[in-house]
Amino acid sequence: MQQRRPLDQVYTNRKLLNGQLDTPRWWLPTVSILGVLVLIGIGVIAIMVNKGLGVTGLSRPVFWGLFITTFVFWVGISHAGIMISAILRLTQAEWRRPVTRAAELLTVFSLLTALVFPLIHAGRPWRIAYWITPYDLGRGIYPNIRSPLIWDPVAIGTYLTGSTLFLYVALLPDLGNLRDRTTGWRNSLYTVLALGWRGNPRQWKLQTVGGILLSALMLPIFVSVHSIVSWDFAVVPAVEGWHSTIFAPYFVIGAIHSGVSAVVTMMALMRWLWKWDDFIRPEHFDALARLLIVVATAWLGFTFLELIFAVYGQDAPEIALREMQMFQWPWNMLFIIFLLCAYLIPVPMWLFKRVRTNIALMFWTSILVNIGMWLERFLIIVPGLSRRTPFVYVWDSYRPSAVEWTILIWSFCWVTFLMLLFSKFFPLVPLFEQKESQVFTDDVMIGRARVPAIIREAD
Amino acid sequence: MTTASLKGPNWGMVVDVDKCIGCMACVIACQAENNVPLNTQDRVERGRAISWIRVERYWEGDFPDSKARFIPIMCQHCANAPCEPVCPVFATYHNSEGLNIQVYNRCVGTRYCANGCPYIVRFFNYWEPVWPESLRNHLNPDVTVRSRGIMEKCTFCVHRIRRESRKARSEGRVLLDGEVQTACSTACPTSALNFGNFNDPNSKVSKMKDDQRHYTLLDQFATEPNVIYLAKVDTDRKVGAGEAASHG
Repeated sequence: MQQRRPLDQVYTNRKLLNGQLDTPRWWLPTVSILGVLVLIGIGVIAIMVNKGLGVTGLSRPVFWGLFITTFVFWVGISHAGIMISAILRLTQAEWRRPVTRAAELLTVFSLLTALVFPLIHAGRPWRIAYWITPYDLGRGIYPNIRSPLIWDPVAIGTYLTGSTLFLYVALLPDLGNLRDRTTGWRNSLYTVLALGWRGNPRQWKLQTVGGILLSALMLPIFVSVHSIVSWDFAVVPAVEGWHSTIFAPYFVIGAIHSGVSAVVTMMALMRWLWKWDDFIRPEHFDALARLLIVVATAWLGFTFLELIFAVYGQDAPEIALREMQMFQWPWNMLFIIFLLCAYLIPVPMWLFKRVRTNIALMFWTSILVNIGMWLERFLIIVPGLSRRTPFVYVWDSYRPSAVEWTILIWSFCWVTFLMLLFSKFFPLVPLFEQKESQVFTDDVMIGRARVPAIIREAD
Repeated sequence: MTTASLKGPNWGMVVDVDKCIGCMACVIACQAENNVPLNTQDRVERGRAISWIRVERYWEGDFPDSKARFIPIMCQHCANAPCEPVCPVFATYHNSEGLNIQVYNRCVGTRYCANGCPYIVRFFNYWEPVWPESLRNHLNPDVTVRSRGIMEKCTFCVHRIRRESRKARSEGRVLLDGEVQTACSTACPTSALNFGNFNDPNSKVSKMKDDQRHYTLLDQFATEPNVIYLAKVDTDRKVGAGEAASHG
């Protein structure tokens, strides 16, 4: 990768705007098929809201199941954005540049999807307005601020607002670029959206400062969102597998693991679908895989810490639950798949540079991680609830119904659909970031070796 | 034998497990009193049966010497209830009379309270409740019929408490001990279930609750239940409150 040729600006513009200016041939059929699937999914959700939650596989005591698992999963995926855009931006990791927008976009769309799940999983979704917004203040009836369920929408709402602003600020220069290259109604659309972007020095300065400020503001969200989601479980003393003090950091690090893996999956797809080999290069996969090795190992540490706490406490119900989770059919099978997918297969593979720079292998291993991370949430939520309490009368297990599986598949189609729709109107790789990195990078000769280097202006 | 007038009532129940014969009369009485839908076979198989009070059977001892025991379990109306802080809309809260209240109108059906309850005595209406035509006129007009999508649980027959308190007030007197009875305690043939006011030092339940056999269920969760159990007396074995408590 050292021998990359410098890309001229005309080539960069043409190549990166190929989604908007000349649509790839596969786009329309793919989006149509996804659109149909999305409509089917929405239809199934409508049926469920109409008929009641009896159509799910939930029972007593397994009151939460696939929907909450999927909710936690999508909130986890959304941590991609904060990691790539905020943290890597503030730490000035140059390789983040081509993936910032896609990561931020994944954040916005996965949060929108995540929000659907607690909503449709409530018994009376049409009354949720009472819960998210304070209601009936005249009679002094406030929402219960002791409940983590109040803070879920607050945290996710803040994250969604921040991410959307971040996405938009970073989009402004590219919108100006598109405005200058389009005619007709599209030109009018971009003119309005570009907010009068002309690219003068003052605008560039404001745009940069805005981006950095938003990154800094989003850092607390980095800690809060998945901590609050984890408290949905951690504050319940009656459920052994849930009542754990390490859940907040455990969930956050797990979220980064799954989120960054999802970015890897998406980068591979972008490289293949839009033929952006010049922009999304093996070195980016290499850098992300190195990051993932650290994150995944930290996450594995928490996973085992949780088990150690269980053993150390010598609390009989807790040990019984762990035994069920790990050694009893069918949980033992799921546990093995989970461990293999989330750590044991991908991470040792990533130790080899040949794997890290192999796009196809990175694609498949990152998908494995997310299968594993979905199973992790499932293995926390469902065995916890179907634990063997002293009350044999209420022992029950859980088998997700077809409706629940359909809505799970819908969520994936929905996020992909939104991403593809976005790609029709806005560039997925930020043009200005790409050009900026071209300016900043150069090859320097050290002895006989040509080494890529980053040029920075002194402050 | 009057209710202490300064403090309000603190409703509670004393369950003498030694007297319980597992006849399920309380279960049926509760079902009829509180408009609980019929637990048909498919609902039971799907784990969605609703019974505000249930008689748990459990085995004591190892196989040849094992004995079947019965214990009625209903909402424990915990003073420190794990279901209450997790409800985002205050659909469940504690009132000044020691009751754990479920407000059907506020409930949005997150089922978070049900996950929080260690006794698993909270029920979700997965479907709209239906009764056969022949039973439609049997519904109790004093009790709300719960629609689908909300939680429900034992109320300590709060409508009976209200009715008797109203009656006493209109007659200008205080409520007498034993005047308020829940459907289950009325139906119990052996007086295993006893309902009353713990704040009245002279009430029957106040006198019973300090029996040396008393214990509460799952006291490791420190829920401070308002349902006190009196342990089974076993003449074959030395039994203390400790052994019975270890069941919970």
